[in-house]
Amino acid sequence: MKIIVCVKQVPDTSGKVAVNPDGTLNRASMATITNPDDLNAVEAALTLKEQTGAEVIVVSMGPPPAEGMLRELLARGCDRAVLVSGREFGGSDTYATSQILAAAINQIGVEKEDVVFCGRQAIDGDTAQVGPQIAEKLGLPQVSYAAEIVKDGDTLTIKRMLEDGYMTIKVKTPCLITCIKELNTPRYMSVGGVFEAYSKPYTVLDYNALKDDPLIDKTTIGLSGSPTNILTSFTPPLKGAGMMLEGADRATCEKLAGIMAAKHMI
Amino acid sequence: MDFHLTKEQEMVRKMYREFAENEVKPLAQEIDEEERFPQETVEKMAKLGMMGIYFPKEYGGAGGDVLSYVMCVEELAKVCGTTAVIVSAHTSLCCAPIFEHGTEEQKKKYLPDLLSGRKIGAFGLTEPGAGTDASGQQTMAVKNENGDYVLNGTKCFITNGTVADTFVIFAMTDKSQGNHGISAFIVERSFPGFSVGKHEKKMGIRGSSTCDLIFEDCVVPKENLLGKEGKGFKIAMMTLDGGRIGIAAQALGLGEGAIIEAIKYTKERVQFKRRLSQFQNTQFQLADMHTRMQAAQYLVYAAAMKKQNHEPYSMDAAMAKLFAAESASDVTRRAVQLFGGYGYTREYPVERMMRDAKITEIYEGTSEVQRMVISSNLGVK
Repeated sequence: MKIIVCVKQVPDTSGKVAVNPDGTLNRASMATITNPDDLNAVEAALTLKEQTGAEVIVVSMGPPPAEGMLRELLARGCDRAVLVSGREFGGSDTYATSQILAAAINQIGVEKEDVVFCGRQAIDGDTAQVGPQIAEKLGLPQVSYAAEIVKDGDTLTIKRMLEDGYMTIKVKTPCLITCIKELNTPRYMSVGGVFEAYSKPYTVLDYNALKDDPLIDKTTIGLSGSPTNILTSFTPPLKGAGMMLEGADRATCEKLAGIMAAKHMI
Repeated sequence: MDFHLTKEQEMVRKMYREFAENEVKPLAQEIDEEERFPQETVEKMAKLGMMGIYFPKEYGGAGGDVLSYVMCVEELAKVCGTTAVIVSAHTSLCCAPIFEHGTEEQKKKYLPDLLSGRKIGAFGLTEPGAGTDASGQQTMAVKNENGDYVLNGTKCFITNGTVADTFVIFAMTDKSQGNHGISAFIVERSFPGFSVGKHEKKMGIRGSSTCDLIFEDCVVPKENLLGKEGKGFKIAMMTLDGGRIGIAAQALGLGEGAIIEAIKYTKERVQFKRRLSQFQNTQFQLADMHTRMQAAQYLVYAAAMKKQNHEPYSMDAAMAKLFAAESASDVTRRAVQLFGGYGYTREYPVERMMRDAKITEIYEGTSEVQRMVISSNLGVK
């Protein structure tokens, strides 16, 4: 059994946010971290590994320095890492990214018992689109927002956390699951893991390695293959303080109704 | 000397920092006030390989290096002096002598449990009448008819004493031989005749367990003799050379931790309509404090690298401990001064750091002993 975990290196938003003159993020000047939800996905994979002895493979698309992040995940206990990296992939939006990652996962191979884990969403784009799009492109059943995962044979029982409640569903492997922070607490790297991290298998897949996959086409990858165009990015103005009305009397209720009517809410 | 860290060392330091910040710092004040041994933290550290960092995997160690161990103690001490000394005493004073002087059977029997942190180790050399003058050992080890040793005596100020399962203990096997009559033994807590005495109430590192060990006709099997009979004093001195690097790292971390706290505080605290950090006194104090700790770091890392490379490091360890300990005391005291009245309260961690720092000038060889080691290495007699 293999568990493939898709991870992304993102800017550390707890530090300073740097923006280029054209409005895009200046990633080079910002400290980076592993996307937090992806750490929950890695933890889910490592937990399953402990139960099943599965091999855990972390996959990321990004520039060469993303190796540091992948080595840290190897130090947490993942078995091997694959970095998908090439100039042709630069500027990809979620559509193109999922296209490329799906091709990389095809290359690794998804078999009957395998599971693909993703974090729910990355803290830089916040789209939550890449995981589900990968599943679509690989033709895998997908379960998003996993807050609990129980494996029994080839069936995973997953408790999804939705805005208005929980939904429990069963899915057969192979499948793709997106994970949320409520799922688990990511473990630390271990000292022994750190000293093994640079001797574990590490592969770089570039454009040439993936170009024969039907998903890879110059028109569907990179900036030119990305249907999304970012016109501008900006820091939204702070919301003003809310208004509190207290009391259950008629006058307060009428005041509330008046405010809501003025805002066309009723 | 090349002080560039390897990729693994950089990575493991990051892991120590995250662990210290999330798991150790939140408990530091509580375990100090309650004088409580942080068992839960030790269990977490054990799982992460922090109780056997620089020992080979074949014995259950994490396969790291000495500098990675030193950085662990340093990062822990930045937030909690107690947690740092638990790791240091366990590693340097118990795991190291068994690894370096033990037979293959002893290593296979004791190291896997110690290095994985399932069991905690301690070291018993000091006695009420044998502190700096360690040669004045009163604990006796007499062979019985089976060739086993019967120990009688009392050890005091034993770090990790109440919680340890495995002890490296020194006792006189031949009093007429002086230092050459001292032997080392591996003693298990469960051996009949072994007991733990009074728990010391200390000024600092209050979460660390410090107690007496009492031997009353305690029978130690002959196979638990560590090294050769009569070579115990040498084993003790070699062990303390290594231990000093650990304590130097603890002192280093305490000083660095106090600087971090002082920078944060002086950038927030306003007096005379200016932040304290805007006053030149604050700037100069912090510049001096940082310079001292940076110099200490070079000495500590250099000693660790020499130990790693199997070069003689006795004088390096003594210089590192002397300078790091005296710097830590100075820097933590200055940090309290920068905090003013708030620094004297337990609301802020610097008073604890100042109390914790003092012991680094005393245990595992006082600063005066370090000066003796250094001057004797210089041939000044």
